[in-house]
Amino acid sequence: MENLQIADRTFHSRLILGSGKFSSAKLMRDSIQASGTELVTVALKRVDMQSQNDSMLEAVGEVGLLPNTSGVRTASEAVFAAELAREALQTNWLKLEIHPDPKYLLPDPVETLKAAEELVKKGFIVMPYIHADPVLCKRLEEVGVACVMPLGAPIGSNKGLKTADFLEIIIEQSQVPVVVDAGIGAPSHAAAAMEMGADAVLVNTAIAVAQDPVNMALAFKLAVEAGRMAFESKLGAVSHAASASSPLTSFVDA
Amino acid sequence: MPSFKDTFLKYDWNQIKHDIYTKQPADVERALVKTHRNLEDFKALISPAADAYLEDMARQSKALTLQRFGNNIQLFAPMYLSNECQNICTYCGFSLGNKLPRKTLNPNEIDREVAALQSMGFKHILLVTGEANKTVGLEYFKKVLRQIRSDFAHISMEVQPLDEDEYRQLIPLGLHAVLVYQETYHQKDYARHHPKGKKSNFFYRLETPDRLGRAGVHKMGLGVLIGLEDWRVDSFYVALHLKYLEQTYWRTKYSISFPRLRPFSGGLDPKVEMTDRQLVQQITAYRLLNPDVELSLSTREKTSFRDHVFQLGITSMSAGSKTNPGGYATAPESLEQFEISDERSPSEIVALIKSKGYEPVWKDWDVALEHGEIRTEAI
Ligand code: SF4
Repeated sequence: MENLQIADRTFHSRLILGSGKFSSAKLMRDSIQASGTELVTVALKRVDMQSQNDSMLEAVGEVGLLPNTSGVRTASEAVFAAELAREALQTNWLKLEIHPDPKYLLPDPVETLKAAEELVKKGFIVMPYIHADPVLCKRLEEVGVACVMPLGAPIGSNKGLKTADFLEIIIEQSQVPVVVDAGIGAPSHAAAAMEMGADAVLVNTAIAVAQDPVNMALAFKLAVEAGRMAFESKLGAVSHAASASSPLTSFVDA
Repeated sequence: MPSFKDTFLKYDWNQIKHDIYTKQPADVERALVKTHRNLEDFKALISPAADAYLEDMARQSKALTLQRFGNNIQLFAPMYLSNECQNICTYCGFSLGNKLPRKTLNPNEIDREVAALQSMGFKHILLVTGEANKTVGLEYFKKVLRQIRSDFAHISMEVQPLDEDEYRQLIPLGLHAVLVYQETYHQKDYARHHPKGKKSNFFYRLETPDRLGRAGVHKMGLGVLIGLEDWRVDSFYVALHLKYLEQTYWRTKYSISFPRLRPFSGGLDPKVEMTDRQLVQQITAYRLLNPDVELSLSTREKTSFRDHVFQLGITSMSAGSKTNPGGYATAPESLEQFEISDERSPSEIVALIKSKGYEPVWKDWDVALEHGEIRTEAI
């Protein structure tokens, strides 16, 4: 399996884990290990930035830390939060999330683009969470984000790749890695995203609230690898039209 | 300016009551199999007919809550700043007519309370006062917020309703959430329970969430005081209010609480008794209607009940609460607003939460995340 390159870092794993919903720090640590992930997102609002022994940060351990700005509603709040995170957590990697709608947590495209532009200028490695909007992805690419993170379905819904048609366009057009975020509820969804050509997937709810999160983390690891392998092996093309039994163009050779 | 009052006036208490009490098992069953439920479904879920389906409701409620919130229970504590009050409310120990020593915490006393709460681990705090605008008004709140904002990650307030502009002044100082319960949506009954003082203005209270929404507060809490009127009808109004607010102020986050009337100094017996079973029905009905709303459980409830019910839809809980100003460190013996039921310490509650496979969450916000630009000058 090819490695994944985001900004200046190389990853062997193409599975990114969200940390928000685990029932204990231990379960989170064990799930991280089983998933083989090398990048875990942590919500700034959950981190105790004054304390050195935050249980969440301890659980993430040696794995790469990806702070997110979950909770902010505007670009200026996001920039402020990002600077705070950089100072407190000593990383310039950032998952940019701006959702003024606290119900479905749908990302605000206008504010996200604004914030991304400013954060890139300030030296952040910006990974924006967005709707599966191909034009927005290109605009974000132009301002210099490290990847794009379009959603498959509403956060936490476990509904899978409801935005598949748009994800295909995004993957086809993108010059930065495409990480499918939100909505992935089963290993089969993750595999499908990878087969489609996504560079990575981000999973939280499906693992954290499974009956057995550690085993589910392993299931996702395998699914992501299988999906990626299938993609790299070049899946046979699916034919949408039936082949005509008597060719329509044979007359030109007659 | 449009407000919830317009919506409210279109509804008739007796008609809603009739709708709820005539719901049939088939209505409940229909509501139970849906994925998106409307207010008619909600009426069925809080109806007497739904009692037979409580187990099914609880299962669905638990599953939906896990999916949306994970195995997390957020912890907070109330901090009573003052028991001064100019109002007469028939159900409250702080009522003007009650002869009790009145106290408003000064900055030193607040420091001591803050230190006590911090040592217990609290990062989310709910400031509570009675309604005494002269001593405990906007200027007092401003001072308190300035004093404590860096000590906590999240500050909520449960005080008298304020004007929109007053909320606008408090939000940049670190005020994140405001709880304002209507007590009851039964207008006549409301008047009976609030004979004197500013609180007797039913519509000023009813429109408080609108003022909060326009001022841009991050989160607001709704609810009624259970025991004043028919809880089923009042619950419907809360759901109606929530729906209106979510559509109007879509950037705001909402929570619901369900305080049951508790004994207090000066006593009033609840007009309506709500059984434990009915409280479970109410909590799970809210969750089934709205998978994303935060549901909060206080220490008014009994230990054994809290042990079980927090897993059925609750997302936040208070712990170790004192309902008297200075109750944690300064004046532990002073008179409380009402008796709490669950007297366990925060560490005992944490142990309980963990033993059920949940994660106690002390911090789920950071004042620094909002209003970054004006933050420094505001301090
Ligand atoms: S409920 Fe509030 S307003 Fe009414 S008497 Fe008690 S403290 Fe005062």
